[in-house]
This record gives sequence, C-alpha cells and structure tokens, in this order.
Amino acid sequence: MALKIVKGSIDRMFDKNLQDLVRGIRNHKEDEAKYISTCIDEIKQELKQDNIAVKANAVCKLTYLQMLGYDVSWAAFNIVEVMSSSKFTYKRIGYLAASQCFHESTDVIMLTTNQIRKDLSSPNQYDTGVALTGLSCFVTPDLARDLANDIMTLMSHTKPYIRKKAVLIMYKVFLKYPESLRPAFPRLKEKLEDPDPGVQSAAVNVICELARRNPKNYLSLAPLFFKLMTSSTNNWVLIKIIKLFGALTPLEPRLGKKLIEPLTNLIHSTSAMSLLYECVNTVIAGEYWESVGNLCVQKLRILIEDSDQNLKYLGLLAMSKILKTHPKSVQSHKDLILQCLDDKDESIRLRALDLLYGMVSKKNLMEIVKKLMLHVDKAEGTTYRDELLTKIIDICSQSNYQYITNFEWYISILVELTRLEGTRHGHLIASQMLDVAIRVKAIRVFAVAQMATLLDNAHLLTGNTQRNGICEVLYAAAWICGEFSEHLENPTQTLEAMLRPKVATLPGHIQAVYVQNAAKLFATVLKGEEGNTDSTAAQEASQLMIDRLPLFVQSANLEVQERASCILQLVKYIQKLQQKDVEVAEEVNALFAGELNPVAPKAQKKVPVPEGLDLDAWINEPPSESESEDEQPKAIFAKEEPKHSRPRHTEVDEKELARRREARKQEQANNPFYIKASPSSQKVYQEAPGVEHIPVVQIDLNVPLKVPGLPMSDQYVKMEEERRQKERAEKKKKEKKKRKEKRSGRGKKHDSAPESEEDITPAHMVDIVTEEMPENALPSDDDERDPTDPHKALDIDLDKPLADSEKLPVRSHRAAEAQKSPTDGETENATLPEPKKKSSKEKREKKKDKERDRKVYDIQGNLQDGSQVVVSVIFENKCSSFLKSMEFNVLDSLNSKLQRPEGSGPHDGLVVPFQLPPGVSNEARFVFTVQSIVMPQKLKGTLTFIVKNEDDSTHEKLDFKLHFTCTSYLITTPCYSDAFAKLLESGDLKSSSVRLEGVNMPFHHLLARICFHHHFSVVERIDSCASMYSRSIQGHHVCLLVKTVSTVSIDAKCDEPTLLGNVLDEIKQTFSQC
Amino acid sequence: MRFLLLFSRQGRLRLQKWYTAISEREKKKIIREMTTMVLARQPRTCNFIQWKDLKIVYKRYASLYFCLGVEHEENELLALEIIHRYVELLDKYFGNVCELDIIFNFEKAYFILDEFLMGGEIQETSKQIVNRAIESSDMLQETMEEYMSKPAF
Repeated sequence: MALKIVKGSIDRMFDKNLQDLVRGIRNHKEDEAKYISTCIDEIKQELKQDNIAVKANAVCKLTYLQMLGYDVSWAAFNIVEVMSSSKFTYKRIGYLAASQCFHESTDVIMLTTNQIRKDLSSPNQYDTGVALTGLSCFVTPDLARDLANDIMTLMSHTKPYIRKKAVLIMYKVFLKYPESLRPAFPRLKEKLEDPDPGVQSAAVNVICELARRNPKNYLSLAPLFFKLMTSSTNNWVLIKIIKLFGALTPLEPRLGKKLIEPLTNLIHSTSAMSLLYECVNTVIAGEYWESVGNLCVQKLRILIEDSDQNLKYLGLLAMSKILKTHPKSVQSHKDLILQCLDDKDESIRLRALDLLYGMVSKKNLMEIVKKLMLHVDKAEGTTYRDELLTKIIDICSQSNYQYITNFEWYISILVELTRLEGTRHGHLIASQMLDVAIRVKAIRVFAVAQMATLLDNAHLLTGNTQRNGICEVLYAAAWICGEFSEHLENPTQTLEAMLRPKVATLPGHIQAVYVQNAAKLFATVLKGEEGNTDSTAAQEASQLMIDRLPLFVQSANLEVQERASCILQLVKYIQKLQQKDVEVAEEVNALFAGELNPVAPKAQKKVPVPEGLDLDAWINEPPSESESEDEQPKAIFAKEEPKHSRPRHTEVDEKELARRREARKQEQANNPFYIKASPSSQKVYQEAPGVEHIPVVQIDLNVPLKVPGLPMSDQYVKMEEERRQKERAEKKKKEKKKRKEKRSGRGKKHDSAPESEEDITPAHMVDIVTEEMPENALPSDDDERDPTDPHKALDIDLDKPLADSEKLPVRSHRAAEAQKSPTDGETENATLPEPKKKSSKEKREKKKDKERDRKVYDIQGNLQDGSQVVVSVIFENKCSSFLKSMEFNVLDSLNSKLQRPEGSGPHDGLVVPFQLPPGVSNEARFVFTVQSIVMPQKLKGTLTFIVKNEDDSTHEKLDFKLHFTCTSYLITTPCYSDAFAKLLESGDLKSSSVRLEGVNMPFHHLLARICFHHHFSVVERIDSCASMYSRSIQGHHVCLLVKTVSTVSIDAKCDEPTLLGNVLDEIKQTFSQC
Repeated sequence: MRFLLLFSRQGRLRLQKWYTAISEREKKKIIREMTTMVLARQPRTCNFIQWKDLKIVYKRYASLYFCLGVEHEENELLALEIIHRYVELLDKYFGNVCELDIIFNFEKAYFILDEFLMGGEIQETSKQIVNRAIESSDMLQETMEEYMSKPAF
C-alpha cells in the first residue's frame, strides 16, 4: 500500500501540470498539433493510473485542450471518475470539465445521476454549489426528471448561496422537464420575497425568463412584481422586472395605466442608461404611448446625440421600433437621422438606413435618395455600398413605388447606380429596370432612350469582364430596347451596338437576350425603312446581321447558338426576298407582335379547375389491395407520412415549399416576361385631369440623354422643385382667384401652410400596371412558433391547483412505525408511490427488534438502463450504539447479480462506506445486473455489522430480502395518442385482461393509483375509459385500457406476455390491499 | 445569454462558456465567425452586432476581447455591464488581471464566472458576495492541497 502511494507521488513529480502544458504549447508555436498529440498520449497514460490526483490533473489539462478545440469526448468516463472524488479540489475540476465537455448525447451522463444527487445533499455547501453549477451546463431531460425534486428541496436550503443557485437551475430543469414547472412554481414564487437579495434577484430572473415566453400564465404575479418594482433599488433586478412588464402589458391594458407613473419617474430620475433604455423599450412595446411617448422620443434623441457610439446605436435601434407604430414621431427627427449617415461607424449608418426606409414620403423621397447617392459615391468597402444600393432600391420601390412621383428620375437613379464598380446587385438593378419599363407605360420612351445609351456604352460596364455583376443590367437594357424598339430614335445604331464582337464576352444568358432582341430591332428597322424608295438602309441592316451573327452561332452556350443560327437563317432568307424587292417588314414584325402584360405570381392558382378534372382520381387501376394485415397500420401511418399514401399535392413540408418558392422567384426575376407583384399592389394611379403635367412631358425632350457619364438625377430634383413651386404658385393663383371671386377671407392659412403629402401630384400620370392577387389567399401563419422551441412546452397554466399525478417524484420512506410485526429479519415490501420517475423504485422496509437495537432499512431500486439496476439503501441507526464495519451482501441468482468490484469473488460482501452514529441515517447504493425482467424476483441478503458499545462490541448480522417486482422495471414514459394507436395496431402485442372486484373509488383516483404505484401515464381519457402506457427498461411496451362500468376491467397489451401477466397481478394486488 | 467567449487580438480563444446545448461543430463555427467578425471591427465603433437571431455584445480590455451572445430581447447595455462586472471580478481576484493570468489559471477564470453567472442568468450582482464565495471555496481547495501534499505514510 505504502509503496503504491510512494510510486504515485513519484509519478506526479514527473507529470506535467496545467501550467507546464500551457507553457509547452506556447513554446511549440510551429508544431503545436504535434506537441499536443504527444500531450494527449501522456494524458491517456495518466488517466490509466489509480491515483485520483494524477487523474484530476490530466482532466484539468484536457479541459484546457478542449477549449483549444480538441476532441476530448473519449475521456468522458474519466471525468465522471474525477467528479465523484470526495475531495473538493478534484470534484471542482471534474465538474468544470463535465460542464465544458458534456452535452445531451454524452452517454456517461446517466451514470452521474446518483453522484450528483449525493453532492446535492452534501453537508458542504461548496460541494452542492459546484454540482449545481455543473448541472446547469449539462442537464438532460433524464437528469432534470430524476433530480427535480432534490433541487426543489434545495430552494429552501438554509444557505442563501445554495438557494440562489437552486432557483436559477430550476429554469434549466423546467426547460428540460416541463412537468416540473407546476409543482415547483409555488416555491419559486415564495423566493420572490426571499430575505436574501441574491435569491430574490435569481427568482426574478427565472420568472422573467419564463414569463417572457408565455406571459399570459404570469399575469397573476403582476401585483407582486409591482411591489418589487417600486421598492427595489437594484438596477439589475429593476431591468428584469421592467422587461417582464413589457411582456405582460399587451395582455392586460389596465396594467399599463398603473405603470405609467413609476415608469415616468424612472425615466426622469435614473442615471443608469441601461435602465433608461429598458424603460423606453417597455414604453414602446406597451400601451403607454399617449402619455410618455414624447418623453421617450426626447430621451432617445439625447441618446442619439450622445458621443458614445453605443448609445447612438441603441437610440437608433429604439427609434426603428417606434417607427413601426408611430412613424410621425420619428419623422420629425429626420435631420438627426440623416446626420447619422455620416457617422464613422458602419453599424450606426446601417441602423440609420433602416430608419430612412420608413421615413420617406412623396415629399422627401428625392432629397433622401440624393443624400444616399452622395454616400454611395464616397462609401468605402463594397459591403456597405451594396447595402446602400439595396436600401435605395428598397426605399424607392416600396409599396409598389408609392412615393415615386417622377419615374424618369428613378430610371436615371438606376442608370447612375450601374456605374458602381464591383457591386453584387446587378440583378436587382436589372429587375427594377424591367419592372418599371414594363409596368409604367408612360416611361417607356424615356427608358428605351436611356437603355440604348447604356448599350452603346456597354464597354464602361463590362470593364473587368464577367466577374462584374453589374453586366446583368445589360440583360435588362437589351430586352427593353428590343421589346419597346418602336420608341427608339435610332434603332440602327442600337442594333449595331448590340452586335458588337465584344458582346461575345458577356455571360451566355445575356448574349441570348442580345441575339433575340437584335432580331426584334431588326424587324423595327425594316418597318421603319419600308415605303422608302431607297432600300439600302434595310439591306445594310440585313447585311449587318449576316456579318455579325456567325460569331454567336459559334458560341459555346447552347441557347445563344440555337437562337443565333435560327435568326441567321431567317435573315438570310429575308435578304434574298429583299433583293427581289419583296415587302417583308410586316411579316417579320408579325414574329414579335403582341404586348406582354405582367402576370401575378399567384395567377396560376386562380385558374379554375376544369369541370370533371379530379386530380385525386386514379389514372390507372389502383394496385391490388395488399394483405389485410398490412392494411390497418397503413391507415394510421397515413396521418404522419402523407408522402406514402396520398397523392403529392398534399402538404409538402414548409422548407421544401420555401425552397421552391425561392427557386421560382429566382426564375421569375430572370424572366422578363414575368413580372413581380409588389405587396399591396392594388393601388393604381388614376388618370386625373392633368393640366399641370404637360410641361413636364415637354421637359423630357430637353434631357441630354446622350451623356451617360454625367449624373442626371440631380437635375430631376431641381426640376421637381421647380415644378412643385410652379404648381403651388398655380394653385395659389387659382385660390386667389377663387377667393377674389368668393370674397372669402378664410383661405389665408393655406398660403403659408407647408405642402402636405396630397399637394404633390405625380409628375406624369403613371399607369402602374398591377396584377391581381387571388381573393382567397390564405393568411400566412408565420407567427406559428417554432415547434422545437423549448419554451413552448412551458406554456402551462400555473394557477390551477396541483393534481396528485403532478407531484414531483419524491423519494419518501415509509414510516417505520407503520409496521407492527417486530419479527426478526423479515422483509416486507411495498412499491413506492412514485409517478413520473423514469427509474422506478422499490422500497422495502426491514425492521429488526433485537434487544434495544432498532434499525430501519429502506431499500430503493433505481433502474438505470436495460440491464442495470441501482438499489439505494438507507441505513438508519435506531439504536443507541455506534454501528461500524457494515458489509452488505446478497446471494446472487442466475438472473440478478450484485455488481462487485473487480477482483472480488462472487460471494464477497460490499463494504458500506460509512459508519453510523446513533440516530443517524445514510444512504448507500448498490448496482445489480438483471438479465430477464419478465418475472418478479426476490433476492436474499445479509448485512453484517459491528455494534460498538462503551465497553464492548459485538458482531451482528441482519437478513433481508430484496423484492424486485415487475412493476419496478417499468418506467413512466409519456406517449401521444397517435403513437399509442399506431402501437396498438401494429399487431405485435399480445393481449390479456383482468377484472378488479370490489373497487369503489372515483375513476380518477383509480387512474392516479395506477400511475402512482405502477408507473403508467395516461394517454387519453374519455369519460370512464382511459388508455395508459408504460415502458419497461428493456423497451417492452405496456398498454392498458381501463374501463369502469360496474366493475373495473383492464384490458392490456404488451409485447411480452409473461411480463404483462405479472404486472397485471401486481396491479390486482395493489387494489386488493385497499 | 447564450455564450461567452474570450479571445486575444490574434483570435486565440482564451475561454468559452456555452449556456445552451450546441454540438461541437456548431460551437467551432460560431467561434470562428465571432473572432473574425469582432476582430474586423474598427476601433471606436459601437459594441453591438446583429448576428442571426442574436445580439453580439463585445468589449475589448487590453489585449483581450470579451464577447457575449445574448438573445434578441436582452438589454445590450446590461450585457456590457455584465462583461464589465466579470472583468472587475477577475481584476479583483488576480490583482490587475492580464491575459497571461487567464491563460495560466483558466480554471480559476471559469470558477469566478460560475459564481457570477449560472445557466445564462446573472446569479449574483454583489461583487463582495461573489468574491467571498470564490475565496471560501479556494480556501477549501488550499487546505485539501496541503493535506494532499503531506506524505501519506
């Protein structure tokens, strides 16, 4: 023994400790991976040693390596070993390692249940603390269920240090095991008034987190929180409470009124920005806007004006929340927000951009966009510039171009944007151009002219070849020029531009559009030249086509090649006809006749199903019916797996739908014949009596279209100003006239009033062609909560009284006094009332009355997995002597064996690791392996111990029996009714039934009793009939159908008939006792 | 709170704490994204970043970045306050804390953190109480170590 210890400490001397490891890693910067792999080998050696100190050191190093990103999951078991060390130093390291490395799928976690339970009840508060902290990181649903009650008890611990931790960890437990919320809630509520401020704030934290997710269940706590809010001075707590009220007030408007005063006080008085910010946020979310709204906006303005970037950012963030509900209040601070666009900080600029989106109006759109365009020019970094670009387009195109009064201006803006180098958003600009050109008929002349210039100067855009996303706009330009070529001033020139050899360097899909639209242009040229006596121009055009198209015929792109060769042959034929002086223009134009109107994306859906078309009907004879056995389960599966049994038009899953929608959008965006619908596209500009608009149409002609290098949109801003002034002047004149006529004096106000939104008339009447939306469009259910959200399960009514079946699993001991027979060494047993606990328990009491020694033994079986059973035994010394050297031994059967440490014989006893002073009890655990669980079993055992009196000591022994009932192998497992039905109809289960005579108790008591004693859960209950479910540790399903008419009958099904028979016998037994 | 990361200016991770169960791969991805994102920020910009459904609140202290991922409803200023409080606690414990303190005593840094935050919630707002708890559990450990270093025979 001594040698072993010496050897251990010598080993330690040569070990690396954590500091050495860290230093080593720092010294091996070049070959870190290699160094670490040798370290890991060393650690593996260290872990093989018996010395716990060496192991702990190794685990500590592993934790460090884990942080560096190395996989240490292989050492999980060693971590558990270190966790279970009795020395705090090592325990602490073990728990730290576990909290860093364990996650839900770590399988050794289930071995830790008892260790953690032991640590939770440790007399040392730091042991308990360290266990709670660790548990908070790796709690699993199983751990949560098994330990919920222990933790709940700790919430009333004498030490605030423990109470506080227990309260906080309860939140994690609730998330993993929602059933624990109701039973634990009353105590949690109590903790809101705990004398210790730390515990109180922990309780506030937990309840606030819970309430934020499911506020309606916590309304009843409002008065209590109100009291806390007005009395607390701790800002950390106040913030949480205010946040909580933010979640509650939307549900209870009266609360809002009550809160106004304290909130206003806080906003006025607090110096803590975080608290102020929280108050403002709550005001924004709640119903208090009327009274405190302005105060909030003022405070936000102060935040935004602050030099602290953080406050500025948050101010803008809060403003954008206000924008959604009270846009007017924000719009008055436009100056400030525009100022933020100049900020150095990109995130602040982006926030300000977001705000601008909601702030534009017809009046200020041009001005704001002008400002943004300036920023685009001087922006550094493509991401921010791209962001600006998309924002400009978003702002302009929002609500179906609602705020655009002059589309020529918008086209110029788009054209200017094409000059951005390296933007990724060529697509976006292109689709806007197409959208506007197609839907705004009045703008086509202008758009075509602009696009022709773009095509003419294509080399500017394609400067650095295809990587440049901006060349996408050429796609739009070519299409617009082709489709609306009748508006072109000089089609021949554009045709020439489109057939330049340089075009062949563009991406294939753009070339294809070029080729096709060149043909359209060609048709237009022919049409224009027709009737001219001199046909050379038309012939030149044909020759141009014939000369240039072969380049495209050689294209590697199939689409380009096919279109080009088709058109080439066509043109050759036309040329022949031309040489014979045949009039061809009309025929050629017929190729491209007809106008393309926008189609709503949902139009397809609105096509009525033709009469007599039944998509569900079989086209061919359905396949012959399968064997009747397979039939039924199929019908049940159908609900869950529609793909298998129903035609595919049924619900495709959300993701797939979204993906397809996305793909379709993408397709539509690239397809000039398909125009996007904007949201709320119902607004159509009405043709109004438009005397004012005529001058603007004239202005069009003056625009120097041919100079693409110059920014033009600015001119529109000026023109627009002028136009508006003119309009205003005209209006004034008219009004004056009117006034003069009417001699009324009341119109004066109008003169000085700033122009309102309605005063601004669009520059030219725009017919925004809109598509119809289907009338029966389904409301989107976007607010459906994520089914995986753990908080969904916590939506639990907390005000209902607790039902018996909800009580948390409690490890209670039957009172010894309850038993009267003082027979030596006799074992009695009763199943322990424990619902909802995975590990079923058995409790045996044993009692011995020998002279004046009394000892009670409570034995609890704790089932862990398919073949292992943990029996915890509570030894209580009821006599007045000291008991020591206890040894626990059980006579193994073939089926069940006590697990003994390696190296000990099959009949050796296990030493109980403690001594018992008089009146003290303690618990020890023993692991049994069980092979078959279908039969109940009794194991005989002996406990030997030394009774130490003052003068002498005697060696004594006590016999007992351990009764493993079949019920104790069952685990309460919740089961949903559909899964239950599936199970029943799978046909694998054997049935059996039993009748309970003379049971006259209410049905729900009966059910509770079965749940309680036999670990079932109720699947469904209809009147006096209920289905119940449980599962054995080896995965046998046990289903019960309990009916009560005059007597109680239980029909049961299980895949293991012997197990079922025994369980039913045990149930019968339970009810015969009452 | 979802996670707390500490990393150096070179992007070397010094401490990581996760308050929700995430797979190792996911963790590595997030760590990589966080370091590149935070390190790329210009000086004198605000300390908040919108990232997916989270708010990232970071702050630089000397050569170390403290980076906290919080849920969307959380108060950013409070999160900054949490970071600051943690730094204060480290400072108090190590006495003018520097990066090397945290590298070589990383487990202590974790212990301090665990006394301050738990399961992603603030556990104790009072500095004194946190300090006292750490001291007493350290005392317990010291005595254990003394005991262990005594010859066992």
